[in-house]
Amino acid sequence: MNEKRKIRVATCSLAGCFGCHMSLLDIDEKLFDLLGVIEFDRTPFTDIKHCGPCDIGIVEGGVSNAENVHVLKEFRENCKVLVAIGACAITGGVPALRNNIDLWDCFQEVYLYEGGLEGNQIPNDPELPLPFDKVYPIYEVVKVDYFLPGCPPSADTIWKFLTDLIEGREPKLDYEMLHYD
Amino acid sequence: MEPHEFPHIEQQLAPVFERHGCEANQLLKILREVQEIFHFIPPAAITCVASHLGVPRTQVEGVAGFYFFLSLKSVGEYRLLFSNNVTDQMQGNPELMQYFCHKLWLESGKVSEDNLLSVDSTSCTGMCDQGPAALINGWPLTNLDRDRLDMIAALIHDKKPVCDWPSMLFEVKDNIRRAGTLLGEPFEPGAAIRATLDRGSAATLMEMEASGLRGRGGAGFSVARKWSLCRASPGDHHYIVCNADEGEPGTFKDRVLLNSYADLVCEGMTVGARIIGATQGFLYLRGEYRYLLKKLEEVLARRRVAGLLGKNILGETGFDFDIEIHLGAGSYICGEESALIESLEGKRGRPRNRPPFPVTHGYLDQPTVVDNVETLACAARIAIQGGEWFAAIGTTQSTGSKILSIAGDCARPGIYEYPFGIALHEILDDCGAEDPYAVQVSGPSGILVPSKEFGRRISFEDLPTAGAFTVFKRGRDILQIVQNFARFFAHESCGFCTPCRVGTQLQKKIVDKITHGHGTVYDLEELKHVGHIMQSMSHCGLGHTAANPVLDMLEKFPDAYEHKLKNFAFEPVFDLDGALETARKITGRDDAWAHLS
Repeated sequence: MNEKRKIRVATCSLAGCFGCHMSLLDIDEKLFDLLGVIEFDRTPFTDIKHCGPCDIGIVEGGVSNAENVHVLKEFRENCKVLVAIGACAITGGVPALRNNIDLWDCFQEVYLYEGGLEGNQIPNDPELPLPFDKVYPIYEVVKVDYFLPGCPPSADTIWKFLTDLIEGREPKLDYEMLHYD
Repeated sequence: MEPHEFPHIEQQLAPVFERHGCEANQLLKILREVQEIFHFIPPAAITCVASHLGVPRTQVEGVAGFYFFLSLKSVGEYRLLFSNNVTDQMQGNPELMQYFCHKLWLESGKVSEDNLLSVDSTSCTGMCDQGPAALINGWPLTNLDRDRLDMIAALIHDKKPVCDWPSMLFEVKDNIRRAGTLLGEPFEPGAAIRATLDRGSAATLMEMEASGLRGRGGAGFSVARKWSLCRASPGDHHYIVCNADEGEPGTFKDRVLLNSYADLVCEGMTVGARIIGATQGFLYLRGEYRYLLKKLEEVLARRRVAGLLGKNILGETGFDFDIEIHLGAGSYICGEESALIESLEGKRGRPRNRPPFPVTHGYLDQPTVVDNVETLACAARIAIQGGEWFAAIGTTQSTGSKILSIAGDCARPGIYEYPFGIALHEILDDCGAEDPYAVQVSGPSGILVPSKEFGRRISFEDLPTAGAFTVFKRGRDILQIVQNFARFFAHESCGFCTPCRVGTQLQKKIVDKITHGHGTVYDLEELKHVGHIMQSMSHCGLGHTAANPVLDMLEKFPDAYEHKLKNFAFEPVFDLDGALETARKITGRDDAWAHLS
């Protein structure tokens, strides 16, 4: 009965493309090893909607709207260790390309001028997440403990990082795992 | 603007090409002229210059994009740049700039609709003792106030050429308040060269050695050692360069030396040339001091006539040496000697890997000595009066005197020459500092000294300095001062190495965050961490020193920031709710989900 408690992990994708999640799944058969030592809390794999107390939180994507902030803060409050995974979480990445475009111009282009829309109007339903003026990296909103760069980080990189963390070592990635040229 | 708007560009540029030839190292000079003709560097000119020099178009664009006084977009016929040095800021430049923009319906950083005028800010223009200052099309304006700005607005409105503006606007005073052995004693042009010829090169080098003269640009390297290393280095040509890229905010002593002691400086160069065996010298004049160009050219011409420059100097057969003035184009990093050499070669001012040092591989890979303006002036004095005389002044490791450019909260800003070893409190008394609280010694890259350390002394042993001495009275917001410095470094980082390029931006962001009242203890730790990386990992001196103001503040001025800190461990960098305001306006929403607390 002295079985080790499983490490509880939550993941989410904010303003990201789920590419980092796909890369996590790319560890393939090692998923079985992984699931031997961890269990998932909130993640797209479980479809749990809110994050409970966890050991590790992995966040993909930048902060683009108000809902992203709620999710991110929930992660920070519940996760002992928070990891920013991928270029978007770390710098804003591709979604941050919109940062040079005025938000009003964006809205007009999409909702007022674009053909094929009926009754052209800017949506204002409270159910819709309200966008920020810019896309921000997550470390500007909450404290982040680890940054795992890449677009996406390779499956091997993620595996190495997670196994280090789960086994209680300071994660250490070789140069080969961090260079992309 | 489109390239087709310049159908005659080749004819327009022909005289420029004629003047400078087709060597790639003329690129910066050519681009400066292109900028003057068109008020920017049009794409068609880039293509034209590239094909003329036979270099890739990207190289031309790279250089044009590097220097602040060159612009790839039109900046209007008139470009008014307000100096954003901390002293200009204290003298009210931000308010003046706002006043001017408001008056002419302008937005800073943007060109007026009729393409007539743009207003922006620039790094210290070296007029700290007579600010607030600005540059109009590169010419310095001093003692600005609203009346003068009204006058300037009218002149621009009438499209009067800057050369026809009233001269009182451009008046620059020397403000020499205290002259010592370097500034105070008479000097007869030719005396140092004559003494060197009489004594011989090797013996003059011995005098330099005996004098203990160390570089005045800040680093304090032994001049005799630098000169003898260069003298001993094999090469087809040897070069001597006078570093007059006085970019450290708060420093303006070289401005005065070049304005009133140019002969002394040229003489120092000529003595150096004789010793290292150079026939060609360069004076790298910072772009902000282009108003001195004409005067300096006249000095050189006069010296040529007097036989102090040119062939067979003072009748000595085979002693040929001449000086060429090279104008910078607005880049702080070009004060670093290897970046300066790159700039001399017409490239971006990017510091080189060292070693090899310039004394063996400098300009065009030839042995080159780069010395500060003041160092060369000292060398001329030593050539005349001998090393022992010089070594008797100052302290053991810091011989001679030091010229300080004093500005900020004091009654008598200006130039003060002291023997090394002078204590800060004595200087503060002399310049009439009112209730001094802190002094920035040697500019932002130097040391921020609190009042309890005013007993410290100007010397290489204690407080080394390149000359800047900025006084802050009690009540000045140290955090605001450090914010100014952090912004300066973020602007001036050349972008070559990551620790400096990213580090200076992070510093700026975090200091801004603290200033806006969002800082936490976590941010202070982050500043220390970033500072440590910059100091240990940067490529050159800019990055090594760019964290100094922030780290000095953290260590010595806790009162400056502690009351601004929030108590939580972490606070977002930006105002979350504020960043939703634009979208709230666009959508007209005001529900609970449209807000963040």
